[in-house]
Amino acid sequence: MWTDLLIKLALAGIVLFAVLNLAGIQTWLERKQSALMQDRVGANRAVFYLPWRWAAPINWVLRKLGGVGLLHALADVIKLLTKEDFIPSSGAPFLFTLAPWISVFFALVAFAAIPFGDSLQLFGRTVDLQVAHIDPALLYVLALASLGVYGVILAGMGSGTNLSALGGLRAASQMLAYEIALGVSLIGVVVWFGTLDLQELIRQQGTYLFGWIPQWGVVVQPVGCLVFMTAALAETKRVPFDLPEGEPEIIGYFVEYSGMKFGLFFLTDFVETVLVAALTTVIFFGGWQVPYLGPHGFAFPWGGAIELSRLTVVLLGVGAFTLKVSFFIWLFMAIRWTLPRFRYDQLMALGWKGLFPISLANIGLTSLLRVLVH
Amino acid sequence: MSDTHVLPLEPHTRSTETRHMFLNIGPSHPAMHGIIQITAELDGERLLATDVEIGYLHRGFEKMCELGPYNNAIPYTDRLNYVSPLINNFGYCWAVERLMGIEAPERCQYIRVILSEISRITDHLTCVGASAMELGAFTVFLYMIKAREVLWELIEAVAGARLTISYGRVGGVKADLPEGFAQRTHAALEEVRRVLIECDKLLTRNRIFVDRMQGTGVISKELAISYGITGPFLRGSGVNYDVRKAYPYFVYDRLQFDVPLGSTGDNYDRYLVRMEEMEQSMRLVEQALKQIPAGPILVDGGGQAIPAAAMVDLAKLGQTGGMKRVNVVTDPTLGGSTKSFHCGINAPERRAVLPPKEDTYGNIEGLMHHFKLVMMGHGIRPPQGEVYAPVEGANGELGFYVVSDGSDRPYRVRVRPPCFTIMAALPDLLIGGMLADLVPTFGSVNMIGGELDR
Repeated sequence: MWTDLLIKLALAGIVLFAVLNLAGIQTWLERKQSALMQDRVGANRAVFYLPWRWAAPINWVLRKLGGVGLLHALADVIKLLTKEDFIPSSGAPFLFTLAPWISVFFALVAFAAIPFGDSLQLFGRTVDLQVAHIDPALLYVLALASLGVYGVILAGMGSGTNLSALGGLRAASQMLAYEIALGVSLIGVVVWFGTLDLQELIRQQGTYLFGWIPQWGVVVQPVGCLVFMTAALAETKRVPFDLPEGEPEIIGYFVEYSGMKFGLFFLTDFVETVLVAALTTVIFFGGWQVPYLGPHGFAFPWGGAIELSRLTVVLLGVGAFTLKVSFFIWLFMAIRWTLPRFRYDQLMALGWKGLFPISLANIGLTSLLRVLVH
Repeated sequence: MSDTHVLPLEPHTRSTETRHMFLNIGPSHPAMHGIIQITAELDGERLLATDVEIGYLHRGFEKMCELGPYNNAIPYTDRLNYVSPLINNFGYCWAVERLMGIEAPERCQYIRVILSEISRITDHLTCVGASAMELGAFTVFLYMIKAREVLWELIEAVAGARLTISYGRVGGVKADLPEGFAQRTHAALEEVRRVLIECDKLLTRNRIFVDRMQGTGVISKELAISYGITGPFLRGSGVNYDVRKAYPYFVYDRLQFDVPLGSTGDNYDRYLVRMEEMEQSMRLVEQALKQIPAGPILVDGGGQAIPAAAMVDLAKLGQTGGMKRVNVVTDPTLGGSTKSFHCGINAPERRAVLPPKEDTYGNIEGLMHHFKLVMMGHGIRPPQGEVYAPVEGANGELGFYVVSDGSDRPYRVRVRPPCFTIMAALPDLLIGGMLADLVPTFGSVNMIGGELDR
C-alpha cells in the first residue's frame, strides 16, 4: 500500500520535474531557435558568479551556461517573481487571481495519463511508467485540455477591460471550433486500435504491418495525424493560431497581468506545447516504441537481433519518448516562427469547414478499412 | 399582407440587450506605433465606426523652420520621415534651390537619385517587414531589417550617420561618395535581393498571408484620388501617378524604370507594389551608378563658378526701388542698419554653400563669402517668391512649399506629408472590416509619425 503510494508519488514527481524543466528549457529553446531562424545570436547575457575563491570551476561552468543563454530562464523567473503584482480595479480580483492557476493546473494535471515508458518490474510489482493508469485516458487528457480554456476565459473576463474580454471571447470560440476537430480526428485512431487506453494504444503501435512497417498512428491514420496536429497547435494558442493573444490586434487576454501571474500563463503556454507534443507522440508516433525493439532487445525484420536487458529496453523507450517529444516541440516552434497569424473568421472557417469535415470523412474511411481488413 | 405574421422574437429581443463595444486602440498599443489613437465601435469583431486621432508626435516642424535661417531647417527634415530621411533632405534643399534659381551640379543630382532610391528601399523594407510582423510573421521582419541594415551601412559610409543624416545641402550635398562606393552598393543590393527573394517565398504565396491581405483595406481609384492619396497606396489602386515620371526631377528622366501598378487597391496589391518598387529602385541605383559623371558636388563650393550675370547687384542695373526707403540709423549689430531693406535692394544672393576653408583663410572674397553665409542676419537669402517642390517620397508625393520674403529666414515652410492624406482615408478603409484587418491595413499605410504630425 505504502509502496504503491510512494511509487505513484515518485512517478508524479518525475513527470512534474520533467515537464517543468522541459518548459523552462523551452523558453531557452524558443529564444535560440528563433534567433537561429532569424540570423540573430539570441540570449547570451544572463549570468551570475559565486563570490568565493574555491568556486572558480563552478563560475567557469556558469560563464559557459550564460554564454549560451541557459541562465536566462532563471533571470526570467527572478524578474517575474519580483515584479509588482498588479490587479486592475476594474476587474474581479478573485477571478483575476484564479485564472492563471486554473490554466496551469489543468495543463499539468493532464500529464498524469501520459505514459512515458513501458512497464517495469520494481519491488516485485509491475509498474507502468505512467502516473495514473486510466482506462479512457484519451478522454481524460482531452477533457483536461478543454478545461484549461476556462483559465483564459476567466482571465479575459476578470480583467474587466475590453481588450482582454475580446481575447477571452476569441479563446472560447477558438476552443470550441478546434476541440471538436481535435476529438473527431482521434476517433479514427480509436476505431483502428480499438482502445482509449494510451498505454494499450502504444503497445498496439509496436506491431508491424506486413512484418516490417511499424504500425504507428501516423502510418495508419496520416490524415487524422495532420488534422490532429493542426488542431492541437490551435489548442496551444500559438502562432498561427494565437488569436486570443494576437498582440498587434487585441494584445490578448493577459494584457492586465504582470509578475508571476503572467509568468503562469507563460508557463502554461510552454507546458501545453509539451502536452501537445507528448500527445502527438503517444497517439501517432508510437509513444515510447522504438522500431524493432521488442521486450528482449532488437529483432530486425531482416534477421539480425541484439539481446538487451529489460531495464535497458525500458530506458531506451523513455529516451525515445523524450526525443520524439523534443522533436515535436522543435517542429511547433519552427512553425510558430515561420507563419503569420490567421484572422478570426478565417480561423473559424478552417476549423468548421476544413478540419471538421475532413476528420469526419476520415472516420468513415477508417471504419470501412477496419471492417475490410478484419 | 404586411402583418400576416407576428414575429415571435419580440419578447426575446426585449430581454436581451445588445450593445456595441467601444474600444480604444492606441496610442499605447503595439500596432499603433504609440502615436495614433483609433477609437472603434465594435459589433463583435466587426468595425462599425472608427475615429482616427493623430497629432501625438506634433513638434511644430513648420513653425520651427520659420524661426531660423534656411539651412537650419535641414536637420529638422531628417525627422520627418525618419525611415527615409535622405529623401526629405533632398526635397527641402531642392525647394530652396528652386527658390534661389540655382541648380545642383550633375554629379550631385546623381548622388541624390542614388541615395533617394536606397532610402526608398529601406522605407519599403520597413513597411513590408513591419506589416508582416504585425501579422505574426516575425521572422520576415527581422530578415528585412537585416537587409535594411546593409543599406544603412551604405548610407552611413556616405553621410556619416544612419538616421539623422543632415546630408543634403542647398546647392549640393555634404560630401562626395566614398571610395569604392559602387562596389559596396552592388554587394549590398545583391544581399537585399537575396533577402527579398527569401521573403517573397515566405509571404507572397503563403496562404495565410494572402488571406489576410487580399480583399482587406480596399480603396477604389476614385476614392483614392479624391482623398489626394499618392505613392504606392495610390498605385496599388491602379492609378499611374509617380512624381518621378509625371514631373521628373533630379535626373530621373535619364533613367529607365517601371512604375508597378496594382488593380484592386487592397493590402495585397500594395504589398506587391512595394515589393516591385524595391526592385525598380535597385535598377535605378545600378543605372545611376553606371552613368554618374565626375565633377563637383556643390554649386559654388566645389569649383563650379556661378556666372557673373547672376551675381550683379540689382542697384547697378538701376533697380533701386527699395533704397529710397532706407532709413539710416546707426545699428551696432553686424546685420547693419539697412538690414530690413536688404530684400528690396540686394542682388538675389545665389551663394548657398560655404567656400573651401583655404579660400576663407586665404583671400578676402572667400572670407566675405563665408561671412555672408554664417553670420547672424546673413545666410542664404532667396529672392521673394514661393515654390512648391514635390519629390516622390517612399509613401508618396512629398512636397515642400517654401515662401520667401527675401529675408534670411523662410516666411513659411509647408510640408505635404504623403501619409497624412492616407490617414484621412483610413476610416473608409476600416469600417465594415474585422478588427484584425486593422492591422494589415494600418501597416500598409506605412504611417510615419514624424511626417504625419510634423
